[in-house]
Parts: sequence; structure tokens; C-alpha cells
Amino acid sequence: MYSQKSKLAAMMPDAENTIEGRSLWQDARRRLFQNKAAVVSMAILAIIALMAIFAPFLSPHPLDEIYWDRIQAAPDYANAHWFGTDSSGRDLFIRVLYGARVSLMVGILATGVSLIIGVTYGAISGYFGGKVDNFMMRFVDIMYSLPFMFFVILLMVVFGRNIFLIFVALGAVEWLTMARIVRGQTLSIKRKEYVEAAHAGGVSNLKIIFRHIIPNVLGPVIVYVTLTVPQVILTESFLSFLGLGVQEPLTSWGVLISEGAKLMEMAPWMLIYPAIFLATTLFCFNFIGDGLRDALDPKDR
Amino acid sequence: MLNYFIRRVLASIPTLLIVITIAFFMMRIAPGGPWDKERSLPPEIEANIMKAYDMDKPLVEQYFIYLGKILVGDFGPSYKFRDFSVTDLLMGGFPASLQIGGMAIFLAVIFGTLFGAMAALRKNSAADYSVMTMAMTGIAIPNFVMAPVLTLIFGVYLSWLPVAGWGDGSFQYKILPVLALALPQIAYIARLTRGSMIEVLHSNYIRTARAKGLRERLVLLRHALKGAMLPVVSYLGPATAAVITGSVVIETIFDIPGIGRYFIQGALNRDYPLVMGTVIFYGVLIIVLNLIVDMLYGLLDPKVRLHD
Repeated sequence: MYSQKSKLAAMMPDAENTIEGRSLWQDARRRLFQNKAAVVSMAILAIIALMAIFAPFLSPHPLDEIYWDRIQAAPDYANAHWFGTDSSGRDLFIRVLYGARVSLMVGILATGVSLIIGVTYGAISGYFGGKVDNFMMRFVDIMYSLPFMFFVILLMVVFGRNIFLIFVALGAVEWLTMARIVRGQTLSIKRKEYVEAAHAGGVSNLKIIFRHIIPNVLGPVIVYVTLTVPQVILTESFLSFLGLGVQEPLTSWGVLISEGAKLMEMAPWMLIYPAIFLATTLFCFNFIGDGLRDALDPKDR
Repeated sequence: MLNYFIRRVLASIPTLLIVITIAFFMMRIAPGGPWDKERSLPPEIEANIMKAYDMDKPLVEQYFIYLGKILVGDFGPSYKFRDFSVTDLLMGGFPASLQIGGMAIFLAVIFGTLFGAMAALRKNSAADYSVMTMAMTGIAIPNFVMAPVLTLIFGVYLSWLPVAGWGDGSFQYKILPVLALALPQIAYIARLTRGSMIEVLHSNYIRTARAKGLRERLVLLRHALKGAMLPVVSYLGPATAAVITGSVVIETIFDIPGIGRYFIQGALNRDYPLVMGTVIFYGVLIIVLNLIVDMLYGLLDPKVRLHD
């Protein structure tokens, strides 16, 4: 079995002697890793994600164990309540970590939904152009001017709080900007020679869109994705804060912040710790997004 | 310009109709009704109530009855707040919401552009970095976190300001909610202004203005700032929407007698007319503000021609 590299080496015997070229992506990666804020953010996010994944091993307390003698207790190292306990006497540290699971999962999955809808929609609209484009973008414009958060709130209120619905609703809201970005990129890419060549070679439209157009709009899309994830996490927390997000036994940072905000005079730790985790995560995603933008689009440096 | 205006107003009618239709059917298809209580009503009484509110008719017919009513400005009675019509409730809540939201937007534009421009003029200086760090913090900390934290600091620990309530609209009750609403927007606008200001300062017309010997202050105020404000102006539409959405939470946290809190309460209580009224009210507000923003944009940027 040959790896990609050894195959290449077999084809070009003196490839090692030639000057190694750098692809655009390698360049971008180098620039990204030179950005200290972005690198630190990636490290912090990785730590938070690992903590969320391995949550059960990091605390002696189970998620739902109620300690009747330690209700709303301040952070306390003797009992391993590093973040204290909540108003039902449950360990807050483990709840924050399980909340991280939900918040991060909602952020990533809903962004995935928006990515699939937005990229497909934008690429089709931009590629076909003309009347199709006009109609499809008009639709996006109309959707833009709707007070969307209100529909999401209504959806959660009337159909009950269902985590699956949260993904779909948030994904359905966030795809609009994605579609616009992809459409704009597609408009310029579809005039390129390689697309023309594919056309001349008799490749079907659908195949051109997925094989040639979409891979080449990835740069701006990746940047926007890293900025959408925090947006979605924020919106989920907002819904949870209103009491419309995830339900017991699940929890999320929004739920914890909402509980903490009610009791902040007596038990400030219930507000502070989940808020720190949420803000840090949002911070990191924003820094990574900025770093990626500078790395992939070095124009305005 | 006038043509454009009329076209835009006409174009907003279908948008509004979509808003009304989605909201109407979404509320109604959902399980549960306004008179669901632990103790169910006797069937005759329930039938009477349903009849009084036209709810015994088919859904589509109710929809057209409702459309007809709002055309003449009748948003119906609230199911939950007896003796109040939805119009009364909205008009009663509007002054408080307007003050909070308007002040937040005003502060956001003033301080956002000020900080952003300052950061751009001293690019890569300590002032620049501190403004941008503050902006990042403002963006990363959502207003429903900011609000309790501000309350904790200024209301509880320092006791400088009241924790919540409206106090008949006296000034110190407004400070915290306005701040909580405005801070994320200040942050956003500062970032926007900084970016566009840096770009504008490199442009040819600024060089021309400097070359012809215009004083630096005039160059900045008359030429650079005007160009740099363009993205800010186009951001005002989304900013308003964000402030309105935010006010739903902020009004709940600070217990402010505005419109925002009616929305959640109304939806939870299945108070159909109240929810519809709120959605329509906000929908119209956002559409009108977007229109104003677009007109303003046309005035500021001669490259954008509005008759298209």
C-alpha cells in the first residue's frame, strides 16, 4: 500500500531535490499558526472540548447526584465541589462540563445544518445565475428582513423544547449569510477556465458545482463557519436562558447561567463559572475566526 | 428617490404578510390552547368562549377574519390580561421599550464610532489594542450574562444603582438595562468602524484632501469619518433587530414594563392576539428601520443609486 506521498515520490524520482512549493493552504496554515491569539484559542478550545468529552472521569460526582447536606454550597475543595453546588445540591463543576457537551454539540451541529443548506443554496444560485439567481436571492432577502429570533422563540414555545428542533431552527436561521457569501464567490469562480474546461468536457452541472465550485469557495466559508459556531452557541444559550432551550436532565451553559442569574446574590459562583466558560468559548471562536480570515485572505494586512 | 421609496414600501407588504402568516399558523397548529388549565372548563362554557373569540370557525377563516381586523387596526383583546386590548398593552409598553432601545442604539453609534475611529487612527498602539480587546469582550459576553453581572457589581456589591424595576422611569433605573443592551453593539460598531476607517485612510481621496492642504481635523471629520460610517449605517438594521431581540431578555431580567416581556409571556400562555400583535409590531418596526437605513445609505454614498 502506497501512501499519497510515496506514490508521488515514485512518480517523480527527484522530487526531493527540487524546491518544495507551498500550496495556498500551507501558506494559510503557516500564517494561522503565527497568530498567537488564534493558537492560544485553539488550545483552550481543545481543552474545553476534552474536558467535556471526559467529564465523567474528571469529577467524583455524578451529574444528577443530589447532596442534601450541601445545597447551594460555595466552592469547596474538601468535598471536590470545585465550582460549588447548585440550588438542588448538585455538583456544579460536572454540570458545567455536561453543559459544555450540549452547548458545543448544538453549536457544531446547527452550524453543520446551516453549512449544508447555505453552501448548496448559494452555489446553485450563483452557478445558474439569471432568473434562478434573482428568484433565489430575492427569497433570501425576504427571509433576512423577518424578525427571525421571534420565530425561533415561537417554535420553541409552541412545539416544546426539543433538542433536535434547536439544531434545525438555529441552522435554518443561520444559513442565509452563508448562502450570500457562497453565491458571491461562485459568481466569480464560474467564469474561471477550469470550470469552462469541465463544461466543455461534458461534466454535468451538478457535478461541476460539487466537484469544482464548492471546493474552491471553502476559504471564506471556513471563516464564516468559525464565526457561526459561537453565534449558534450564543443563541442556544439565549433560548435556554429564557427557559426555552434544552430540558432536564440535559443542561447547557444557558440553563446554568439562567439559574445562576436568579440566585446571584446568594450564590454568585452559580453565575460566574458557567458565564466564564461560555464567554471563553465565544472569545476563542472569535479569535480563531479572525485568525483564519487574516490567514486565508492576506489582502488587508 | 421617491420612486425607490414607494417601491420599497410596496415590497414590504408581502414580507409583512409572510410574517403574519407564519406566526399565525405556527401558533395555531401547535398543541395547547389559551384555556388549558389544570381544571378543565365545562364543555358548554368552553364552547361559548371559543365562539366569542371566533375560534369555533375553521382555521383558514379565522386567519382571514384576523387579517381583516388588523387592516382596520384592531389587534383584538388579550386573552390573559382581561379588559385590555392588545393595542392598549403595546402602546402602554412602547415608551419604556423605546427609551431603553433608543438610548442603547444611540450610545452604541456614538461610542462605537468614537472608539473605532480612535483605534484606527492609532493603529497597533496600546490604545488600539485595548479598544479591540474591550470590543472582543463585549462581543463574547452576551447581554444576558452582562446584565446579571452588571447588576451584581453595581446593584448588589456597590449598591450604586437599583437592581431592577422601572421606578416610574427615573434615570438611575435605566442605566443598567441600557448599558447591558448597548455594550455588545458598541463593541461591534467599534470593530466595524476601525476596519473601515483603516481602509478609508489608505484611499486616494484622503490623500487628495491632505495634498490640497486641508487641515487634518477636517480631513478626518469631513472625509474619512463619512466614508468609514458606511458599514456602520448598513449595520444599523441588524443592530436594531439585535437590540429588539435583546430587549426581550433585558426587560425580563430588569422587570421593565416594556413590550419585550409580553412576547414570551404571551407565547407561553397561548395568548394568540398578544403574540401576533407583538410580532407584527416588531416586524413593522424592523422593516421601517431597514428602509430608513437604506435611504440614509443612499444619501451618504453617491455610488449607491436608489432608483434601481
